[in-house]
Amino acid sequence: MLSIKNLHVSVGDKPILKGINLEIKAGEIHAIMGPNGSGKSTLSHVLSGKSGYTVTEGSVTYQGKDLIEMAPDIRAREGVFLAFQYPVEIPGVSNVYLLKAALNAIRKHHGEPEVDAMDFLTLVKEKVRLLEMDEKFLYRAVNEGFSGGEKKRNEILQMAILEPKLCILDETDSGLDIDALKIVSEGVNSLRSPERSFVMVTHYQRLLDYIKPDYVHVLAHGQIVKSGGPELALELEEKGYSWLEEQVAA
Amino acid sequence: MSAVTASRYPAEYESIAPLLPGQNLPWLQQLRSEALQAFSAKGFPSPREEEWRYTNVSGIEKKLFSVPASQADSEVDDWLKAYQLADAWSVVLVNGRFSAELSTLNGLPDGVSILSLADALATQAAQVQSHLGQAVANSEHGFVAFNTAWFSDGLFVHVPPKQVLAKPIQLLHIVTQADALATTRNTIIIDESAQASVVETFVGADNAYLTAAVTEVFVGQNADLTLYKMQSESEKAYHFGGIYIKQERDARFAHHNFAFGGLLARSDIHADLGHASECVLNGLYLGVKRQHIDNHTRINHLKPYGISRETYKGVLDDKARGVFQGRVIVFEDAQKTDSQMNNRNLLLSVDAEVDTKPQLEIYADDVKCGHGVTVGQLDDKSVFYLQSRCIDEETARNMLTFAFANEMVDKISIKSLHDNVLEQVLARFPQQGVDKEWL
Ligand SMILES: Nc1ncnc2c1ncn2[C@@H]1O[C@H](COP(=O)(O)OP(=O)(O)OP(=O)(O)O)[C@@H](O)[C@H]1O
Ligand SMILES: [Mg+2]
Repeated sequence: MLSIKNLHVSVGDKPILKGINLEIKAGEIHAIMGPNGSGKSTLSHVLSGKSGYTVTEGSVTYQGKDLIEMAPDIRAREGVFLAFQYPVEIPGVSNVYLLKAALNAIRKHHGEPEVDAMDFLTLVKEKVRLLEMDEKFLYRAVNEGFSGGEKKRNEILQMAILEPKLCILDETDSGLDIDALKIVSEGVNSLRSPERSFVMVTHYQRLLDYIKPDYVHVLAHGQIVKSGGPELALELEEKGYSWLEEQVAA
Repeated sequence: MSAVTASRYPAEYESIAPLLPGQNLPWLQQLRSEALQAFSAKGFPSPREEEWRYTNVSGIEKKLFSVPASQADSEVDDWLKAYQLADAWSVVLVNGRFSAELSTLNGLPDGVSILSLADALATQAAQVQSHLGQAVANSEHGFVAFNTAWFSDGLFVHVPPKQVLAKPIQLLHIVTQADALATTRNTIIIDESAQASVVETFVGADNAYLTAAVTEVFVGQNADLTLYKMQSESEKAYHFGGIYIKQERDARFAHHNFAFGGLLARSDIHADLGHASECVLNGLYLGVKRQHIDNHTRINHLKPYGISRETYKGVLDDKARGVFQGRVIVFEDAQKTDSQMNNRNLLLSVDAEVDTKPQLEIYADDVKCGHGVTVGQLDDKSVFYLQSRCIDEETARNMLTFAFANEMVDKISIKSLHDNVLEQVLARFPQQGVDKEWL
């Protein structure tokens, strides 16, 4: 599904990612952990096509296509979804309005007709229930005045409706109370399928109790310094990151 | 006296005068001749005048716009279909003259007058006389004097005390002839505790022409008037529209000003507030190509306890230029005034420009007044967020711009007008795959 080879990324003159290698197969869940400022969000942004980053070396192939060459909206229509660490408020654009436009953009991209109004509402309401949200959120402006947790939940709602193939969750669990974490995790789990892959950026083992990853990677100083199974997360919880960072420095 | 005048228009006046209404009314002839004199002396406003420094109207003198001999057999069906509000009383003016056939004035409640100004001069001259020129003086500036001398017709509304109108009133102003001069004078009188809403719609064929309108508004004690202005003139047209409002004690007035058309368009909105009266001025100006759109507002808080709320938003693209001059004056007597003014602008291209000048002049000491201005571009983070949700960049930009503008459209409480304005704004900022039901 996704193949990242020797990826180097700079912001201006400053190198941030320094040779990332990552292979993600369909149906897999990869957790990415690592200290603050190690480049986790940068990787998420580069995968979703945010401008301001320069790929200086390496490649990213998504479903056999060069991802870096694609415009962000095309990536999204091809199934790449980023749940933002800091979702953006869009005053004046309601959630349903955006969702309908997004869904229709995907359909158009695949040569399908626009979504039927009734089917759309049925789908949206079903997902709202899945995430135990109030239907009123649908008619509010995107993220405007939402609490931190509501914003995160709203990201997962969008994800559930757009049914992407590659879901990148950038610290979706940060700032969620335990009940919200459970609901969001159940939402994510309900989307698990052999055709869908997840990249979950997180600082907390707690999330991985609910969504069990196949692999855990540690990103430090722009490189993946260690990869392992779910047990690596437990080890990190116990020991922190410094022992790994020291290994790299050595 | 020197024969040199600042304008070439007075030379035409003699041939036009016999066509104007109110020939048999000495007071009006007197008023017109004073206005002609005032205009002859000064001409149209010059950029040397402080209140006109951003807006140069000399284009009006470059060619001579002339009063159409008749409204002729103009084809106006398309305009009516597109702009005449269903479920409203309407006075339709074509090329500055009233058309009884096109207007809808049946079923007026007793005592309510909605008619053309020319007809009002014929049937209720005393009522017109006691109001015409009372909300604005010819000395205000050249356009007002010009209007008083030249006006060919207009809308006259009188709502008697306590009458609450069930339907809005529309003035539909259509200019079909090239190089036409359409000078209209409107008088709106809302008596004590009465309530009404009036829509002024200005449209025209894809020609150069000049609309010069003055609207005088009298909102009586505890009365309520909402006035809308939908300015969708041709992109080759000159538009001047002055609206002058007198509010009595406890009167409520709201204005919604949609300035979308015109090559050069200027609106002056001046309100005098009485004791505890309330004034809301909302505006949205959208400029493209080389349009120049100027909105000039003045709120005079003359008495205590007045409330004013002003929000103007502008979106300027290409080489368009917007001007916002908003003045709030709190007079010595106007203690406890509560006033807020806001102007927000979105520039969509590097060549677009806006001059914004909010002015607060406070001569009372116990007041609550504030103002704010912003000039900005679309936020890149928001554009990316929408793109990451499958929206193409152009639609994303249009969606954000539309959302910015729609805040003002949303304030329209007449459904048919709301939908009409919404369509116009959506047409400016088209978006793929959306459903406007969910705005
Ligand atoms: N636009 C930018 N300009 C300059 N430096 C940047 C920019 N974006 C990111 N960086 C830097 O790149 C590094 C990695 O940032 P990034 O946001 O990817 O970290 P992160 O791993 O997501 O951290 P956190 O756990 O705090 O979310 C940081 O040192 C950050 O300051
Ligand atoms: Mg981050």
